[in-house]
Amino acid sequence: MAGTLVVAELSNGSLRRSSLSAITFAKQVGAPFAVLALGAGTAAAAKELAAFGAQRVLVADDPTLLDYVCERFAPTVARVAQDGTWDTVVVAATAFGKDLAPRVAAILGAGYAPDINLVKADAGKRLYRRPMCAGNVFGWLEITTPVHVVSVRQTEFAAAEPGSQASPIENVALAPGDPAAARVDFVKLETTASERPDLAEARVVVAGGRALKEQFMQVLEPLADALGAAIGASRAACDAGYAPPELQVGQTGRTVAPQLYIAIGISGAIQHVAGMKASKVIVAINKDGDAPIFQIADYGLVQDLFTAVPELVSLLRSRG
Amino acid sequence: MKILVAAKRVIDPENLNKIKLSPKGELDSTGLEQKASPYDEYALESALRLTENATNTKQRLGEVIVATFGPKSSEVMLRAMLGTGADRAIRVDATDDNLDAGVVASGLKALVDREKPDLVLLGYQQAEHESNEVGQRLAGLLGWPQATSAGSIESENDVALVVGREVEGATAKLRVRLPAVVTVLDKIVHPKSVVSRHTPAGHAYPDGVRFAALMAIMAAKKKPLTELALADLTRETPRVRYAAAELPPRRAAGVKVKSVSELVTKLKTEAKVL
Repeated sequence: MAGTLVVAELSNGSLRRSSLSAITFAKQVGAPFAVLALGAGTAAAAKELAAFGAQRVLVADDPTLLDYVCERFAPTVARVAQDGTWDTVVVAATAFGKDLAPRVAAILGAGYAPDINLVKADAGKRLYRRPMCAGNVFGWLEITTPVHVVSVRQTEFAAAEPGSQASPIENVALAPGDPAAARVDFVKLETTASERPDLAEARVVVAGGRALKEQFMQVLEPLADALGAAIGASRAACDAGYAPPELQVGQTGRTVAPQLYIAIGISGAIQHVAGMKASKVIVAINKDGDAPIFQIADYGLVQDLFTAVPELVSLLRSRG
Repeated sequence: MKILVAAKRVIDPENLNKIKLSPKGELDSTGLEQKASPYDEYALESALRLTENATNTKQRLGEVIVATFGPKSSEVMLRAMLGTGADRAIRVDATDDNLDAGVVASGLKALVDREKPDLVLLGYQQAEHESNEVGQRLAGLLGWPQATSAGSIESENDVALVVGREVEGATAKLRVRLPAVVTVLDKIVHPKSVVSRHTPAGHAYPDGVRFAALMAIMAAKKKPLTELALADLTRETPRVRYAAAELPPRRAAGVKVKSVSELVTKLKTEAKVL
């Protein structure tokens, strides 16, 4: 194995923390690694990336890479992987990584291990463990091509810690564009500004279900404020319009694994549980004592959420 | 618009927590019902919405073809999808042993070369392996634009699509000129997620996927269903294999607390997370 090419993710020039999970993977597999950053205005991110012990930090800096468009990024990632004879390409399994990695794998003719939660060496082979079937099965995947493409679940690979080493930073040329690049325009990114921590990085997540109805935010925001928590929601709450879609936790939403997950008025559908069952401590508050969420909760409180949550907020505030 | 929908039959996602492992460590789905992966059903619903003929609901503005890679028994799924509104179906004979996302993408590419659709629609992932891979690989092999994890699609005169991709805490809007590959999330079947511009402005669909009427199910038996051999389309072999599977450690149910104050005490002193 010649080593690993880590593809970092930048957002408006700043390094996304998920990239540090991909670096952790590279350190775990042990071979030398390089980090590739693609964007427009990458100097600050490249400098930051130079502190993690990479053999090299490679930078593709070009105005056409300002916004992420797969057809513009994938050819350069594949070219850098081939030129450097890197045998593993890794990226964090964020929206960026999940979109990019398979297209890179297609260009390289490589096998792909998506969204893994563990890697191990077994009799000279590398095996990748990944959750499947809504988290009900872990499969051990083996890639049979010489080059491996991998995406790692951010919540299962702790962010790498920077050291004092300064890796050399080198510019790399863009590969000739994918023919499809001319047929894609990045229109805009529609964001809802939030002061709260990102769901995948929050220490505490407070999540609500359909039972909260129109009072979703009114009930949950004071609790999230008291705990410095991110707010999540079940698919049912999002589908009903009580919570904005970007808060959805579950198979089709975000995957979270905070220290504390408080599920409020959430029944515990399979598709929701898939996105939160790796949380360290799970609390469920629901007036239906038979709700499936209680089967996985460390602490369950059978009580009407409209009385329990305000009580919880005032207790947390008074105890400091 | 001519649309190719790719669909996969999987274990009913509602029963995924009942899955077992054989003594050899293989998935044992004995007794669990199989059905179309729900995200692929959403892809079909999106295709039907994009080709809706507002003035004559019996005809489509274009054609919707549904294709699957699977054994004979997956024709039940294809017939159901024909009943829902697809015009014709293709089954590529294969079993899961000789498929992975790379083989499926390669086979789909060959189908696209034959059928020349304007758009390939599929679920963002299938509900068993959840690899979120086939659409991107297919787009890469074709050299077509891709728009994955779509929560909304708006057609611009059937020449281009503006697709809302759900990313962390935001929606990234891409305009892709056809032909293209689009993979869809569950949000795509919300009432106003797909705008074809063939229906009146502000048109809202019932939430979710449409169901086949009995007459349509009967009529679907006469719709064309073609069978192809995998080798007719691709000689590729899988690049990945599952060496083993295991059941994740089960979270045991914890304790029920009697009051909010007991909960706070336990979180502080026992779990030490406050």
